[in-house]
Amino acid sequence: MEGINYDQAKKDVYKGMLLLGAVTLIEVIVSLFGKGHLGFDPSGMTIIIGIVGFLLIALSLYKAYFIIYEFMHMGHEVKGLRMTVLLPMLLLVWAIIAFFNEGSAWKNRREKVIERNEMNADDKPVKEIGMIYEYPDWEIKKG
Amino acid sequence: MATDTTVQQHQEVHAQDEDNWSGGKQPFKVSYGKLMMWYFLLSDAFTFAGFLIAYGTLRFSSPSWPVPDFVFSTAPFGIHDAPLIFVTVMSFLLIISSVTMVRAVQEGHRENKNGVVFWMLLTIIGGAGFLGCQAWEWNNLIGTEHMTVLTNPFGTHIESGTYLEGDGVNISAGDTFDAGDSYLIHKHDGEWHQLAYKTDGGETLKQEFGPKSFGALFFFITGFHGFHVFSGVAFLVIIMLNAASGLYAERKNGYEMVEKIGLYWHFVDLVWVFVFLVFYLL
Repeated sequence: MEGINYDQAKKDVYKGMLLLGAVTLIEVIVSLFGKGHLGFDPSGMTIIIGIVGFLLIALSLYKAYFIIYEFMHMGHEVKGLRMTVLLPMLLLVWAIIAFFNEGSAWKNRREKVIERNEMNADDKPVKEIGMIYEYPDWEIKKG
Repeated sequence: MATDTTVQQHQEVHAQDEDNWSGGKQPFKVSYGKLMMWYFLLSDAFTFAGFLIAYGTLRFSSPSWPVPDFVFSTAPFGIHDAPLIFVTVMSFLLIISSVTMVRAVQEGHRENKNGVVFWMLLTIIGGAGFLGCQAWEWNNLIGTEHMTVLTNPFGTHIESGTYLEGDGVNISAGDTFDAGDSYLIHKHDGEWHQLAYKTDGGETLKQEFGPKSFGALFFFITGFHGFHVFSGVAFLVIIMLNAASGLYAERKNGYEMVEKIGLYWHFVDLVWVFVFLVFYLL
């Protein structure tokens, strides 16, 4: 707050409102484009959907930065305070990588479970590697 | 000689530094209350991050997931097929109420009592408006679309195909769909109507319910955020009344209490940025 006069600070706040509103609007448009609502359907195009996802996350992080630094005045706080609040957030980077990886692993395991359910009970595993059983190539017997 | 001065300067800086931490001073140049509000918000951020990461994990673990622009496409006044429009309005409400909160804090720095009360009142109206919108959204999902914590009627096709029967609303017999298209299973007179369809592979199947965790995560996470908004509004009302009574003017500390509730209120807006991203945009 110090060093900036009242009128300037007031102007900055309304500029901030327009900025956040504009970014939100862009996010919604990008999201609708990614879901094929704007005339062009990118479903199945991994690269475009990837870019859309990346844009949405980047814009949200920018909004978060703006709210913390401008509205909550984090930019005006002492470095020690900034670091004690912001550095612990880095722990989340690993949490996101680890848990999303785990989530995909559950999905793959689920496909394996369905596959196993279609096997005959008397099929014997040929060899055991740790917890995973290797089966020979066999046919699904129907009926 | 030159080296001596540098060493001396260094020691002086060091002594000053130690002095900051030896009591009687605020090393971070903020009051105890504001510092603790920051640390409370840090811990709250971890709670929300945990919930949102759980959402991501379960979404990654599901073979299909309801498409948000299909689930959230209804708005009040009979508007249908308007994907994300209502929730965008809700986001704007929170942004505007954040801005009015900044204005209240600025008026506090000028020791302007009437300004503080006026801008806090607008903030309260914004927060209450957001809660009203959320109540409408929940009512629509639970009452009209029959989604609950345990049932998720929003499913998603894994393969393309053709409907064999219609529901008399959006789908009629003969309509085709692609893999990844979402549908809503309707409930009439207490009975679910799961439509039959034929996949392009030739199989005849019935609409399946979507992943259960979708409903549970939605109500739990938006509910937890809504509860934050609700308690924020309650504290805003208390602090506005205190400000109006002249309590903070007497303290002559630049309306610090208004600054603290301001931090909390911006945090609620901040969390919504990510709830909006995860539930609605992606």
